[in-house]
Amino acid sequence: MMIWARRQRALADYTLAALSRRKGKNIALVAIFSLVVFALSSAMFFAAALRHETTQVLRNAPEIVVQKLIMGRQDLIPGDVVDTIAGFRGVTSAKGRLWGYYYDRIDGANYTVMVPDDPALIPAVGHVAVGEGVPRARGLAWEGAPLFLSRYEGDLKRFDVDRTFTRDSALMTADLVLMNPQDFRAFFDIPEGLYTDVVATVRNQNEVATIVTKASNALPQMRFVTRADIERTYQKLFDWREGLLVVLAGAGLLAFAIFAAEKASGLSAEEAREIGILKAVGWDTRDVIAMKMWEGGLVSLGAFLIGTVAGFAHVFLFDGALFAPVLRGWAVIYPDFALTPHIDGVQLMTLGLLTVVPYMAATVVPVWRTASGDPDAVMR
Amino acid sequence: MITLNAVTKLYNEGRPNEFAALHEIDLTLARGAMSVLRGPSGSGKTTLLSILACMARPTSGRVSIDGEIVSGLPERFLTELRRTTFGFVFQRFNLVRGLTALENVMLPTVPLGADYGQTRDRAMARLEALGLADKAAMPIEHLSGGEAQRTAIARALINDPPILIADEPTANLDTALAEKFLAILAEERAAGRTVILTSHDPRIWEAEGVDRIVTLRDGRIVEGATGEGAITEGAV
Repeated sequence: MMIWARRQRALADYTLAALSRRKGKNIALVAIFSLVVFALSSAMFFAAALRHETTQVLRNAPEIVVQKLIMGRQDLIPGDVVDTIAGFRGVTSAKGRLWGYYYDRIDGANYTVMVPDDPALIPAVGHVAVGEGVPRARGLAWEGAPLFLSRYEGDLKRFDVDRTFTRDSALMTADLVLMNPQDFRAFFDIPEGLYTDVVATVRNQNEVATIVTKASNALPQMRFVTRADIERTYQKLFDWREGLLVVLAGAGLLAFAIFAAEKASGLSAEEAREIGILKAVGWDTRDVIAMKMWEGGLVSLGAFLIGTVAGFAHVFLFDGALFAPVLRGWAVIYPDFALTPHIDGVQLMTLGLLTVVPYMAATVVPVWRTASGDPDAVMR
Repeated sequence: MITLNAVTKLYNEGRPNEFAALHEIDLTLARGAMSVLRGPSGSGKTTLLSILACMARPTSGRVSIDGEIVSGLPERFLTELRRTTFGFVFQRFNLVRGLTALENVMLPTVPLGADYGQTRDRAMARLEALGLADKAAMPIEHLSGGEAQRTAIARALINDPPILIADEPTANLDTALAEKFLAILAEERAAGRTVILTSHDPRIWEAEGVDRIVTLRDGRIVEGATGEGAITEGAV
């Protein structure tokens, strides 16, 4: 054991000396390698953190959302449907909701306008609570600045801003405008007794699918969207965007793969000669491979560490400044929020499989091919 | 005693450019002697030396050391043999650029897992004995030809091998350095080490302490094959 440890130390010493001999080349290699890891890790961390954030936020969402469809398009739901849904076995509560989108011609942004479920959050008549993106888009820099919104008829309606949501909830609230139901109906011209959709909660989560099936049969003109459906849609959206970024990062990965393949295709005359010398002075093929594994390990793990830490810092400290527009979306109001750091072993393993493993293989395979020959043949 | 029986070495075997570097060589070299393989360029000296030092395998024929056939041994046994039995000084020294003289001398000890401090002391002692103590920390490319060669000798001797092999050792040296080198070889031979050299330098053939000269031409031994002028086994 002692001899093995001393041997490894001697090999590591030699490797460090070998790396410092080709300082320029190795620094460039680590830099390129780190950049590839940085791009991939940023995309993966960002998308995973968004998915995690979405899951966390949706945890409190209602299990079922009911929408009325006429000719495949969404329509307002009469209040008696709320009672019908509430009457289904297993449903603990059903509530009509008022919400929709508002296109602001002044800044070209879309706001999500809604009446909150929680009575404590409902603003007083003439007042609104807004997400942090709304004053940002409107340039309402000072506290208490009024928000003027134009009705479809063209007249302006003034709202006093009661509250602005914090960055912590920005993923879901950035473009939000919360209104009193009276203001909402007046602003969008929605008669009493009609709702935009209905939300239902159930007693047992496992029965959601059964309740939806029964309710769909009873109310065929309604569409039932479960929380799992919404979550899946978000995940798919982030998956798609992550894929897009990974494809972009893939260009870097491809360049790296070409470099690795070129490396795997053979050693330079100088490297081969050095291996020949080492074998001639008594190094075994395994010693040479062990030394090259140290070398490849130091380069690839070093670059992996640098790239991963940089990717982590980029996503969680600098809010993924480089990739945010792609991953968050291209809306005028994109959420300005800090992601909660969330990394799992699978992500790190995937990163390692995509970067460290190919590099190690590209390093060791040609060395093994060269080192298994006679020293005389290798040096020739 | 190193014995070669009907050793043939072909390069590029089976290809249009195949050529035979050695033809049916039979040779026995005694322990403790200083033997010189001489001949013009392309006569097969370096190839023969590589086969003697287990750095190349013969295409056919047999190599044995002290009666044990080594030419058919697997690579790991040959490595062990190279590590424990031979010290090799190459024609162009084959030192690893970028490493210091001391690091180059210590290279053969790396796979042994030996204590670093002791190995370092041993390497320093070798360098000191060859007058290179002050060059130990110097990168190899900053050394003169003579210094590089002495470093190569120190490296060849670091594991204290019983056989020292040198390929055209004076080819890149001036007369003074060549004489210095020959003096070192004579010391090693006097210390009981077997020395095998290749050279087409008359200074080597005529040097004091040379026990045997084997002449090669076109891959064949043309003189000294059967021990003419050789030290017989056990005589030293």
